[in-house]
Amino acid sequence: MSNAVAHAEAHGHAVHHDALQHHFETMQQQKEASTLGMWVFLLTEVLFFGGLFFAYLLYRVWYFDAFAEASRTLDISLGAFNTAVLIGSSLTMALAVRSAQTNQRSATVRWLISTIVLGCVFLGVKVVEYADKFEHHHVPGPHFISESPWAAQEQLFFSLYFTMTGLHALHMIVGVGIMSVITWMAAKGKFDEHYYTPVEMAGLYWHFVDLVWIYLFPLLYLVERHN
Amino acid sequence: MSGHVSPKSLYYSIFGALMVLTAITVFAAFLNLGAMNAPLALAIATFKATLVVLFFMHVKYSSRLTKLVVTTSLFFLAILLGEMMMDYATRGLGVIPPPLQ
Repeated sequence: MSNAVAHAEAHGHAVHHDALQHHFETMQQQKEASTLGMWVFLLTEVLFFGGLFFAYLLYRVWYFDAFAEASRTLDISLGAFNTAVLIGSSLTMALAVRSAQTNQRSATVRWLISTIVLGCVFLGVKVVEYADKFEHHHVPGPHFISESPWAAQEQLFFSLYFTMTGLHALHMIVGVGIMSVITWMAAKGKFDEHYYTPVEMAGLYWHFVDLVWIYLFPLLYLVERHN
Repeated sequence: MSGHVSPKSLYYSIFGALMVLTAITVFAAFLNLGAMNAPLALAIATFKATLVVLFFMHVKYSSRLTKLVVTTSLFFLAILLGEMMMDYATRGLGVIPPPLQ
């Protein structure tokens, strides 16, 4: 706190939290600015995935039979399992933020590590699913094989499948990286009940990635499963 | 200063609700609801997303400015999807491009 005291004397104002940057008046204002910035970033992410969702919806309307056929080649139990894993990781993330808010350092680290582990489980299952697609020649391109009369349109489905789940997985990989740094910071004692903004911002990102999957799962895996 | 702290039980309840809704989504996909399958799946997904945004992402307890940005993202998304849909609709959505070779 000595730095803060010296800083306060130099500026002639009251002692404040070490984490408060000099261009903010209060911790509350600083947190509000971070939250706003994070949500503006997430807004751009909504539009980024929004364009892909539109492409998906348009081709699905046009080539519904091909999309239904291609969707049936995806493993619904792996998809549902991964959905549960990701929702579970959102729970552990929310609890990590809560532990940081209530200044429980070891609990914060524990929940963050749980989040990373669940994220890695998700990515591991994705690797198994991708490997299966390669093995069955479901990857669009010269090696694509399909018995159905809509082989060309099925490739559109798989192109969108790999693009959307691939970009989602990329977000997960980035998320695991961010979580690792946040976990290290938490373990070093950088956060307390007055300053836990990085944990909360990382949480917003993580929950957003969960949100994207909430839409991807029914749209990609459940096009037409009845009959 | 430390913001709104939700009780742990709230987070566990939201988690439970999300899991139940996922199960309902899978179950509903195996029912033949005709044209209603896709709208139902999207409605459930949107309900799940709303729970995540409000409670896991704390928007329910956020400032009005944050709420405005969240709403704005939906507004921008509506413009993006709406205008692209207008583009395709006015050129005939029923005109399906021929298969790629």
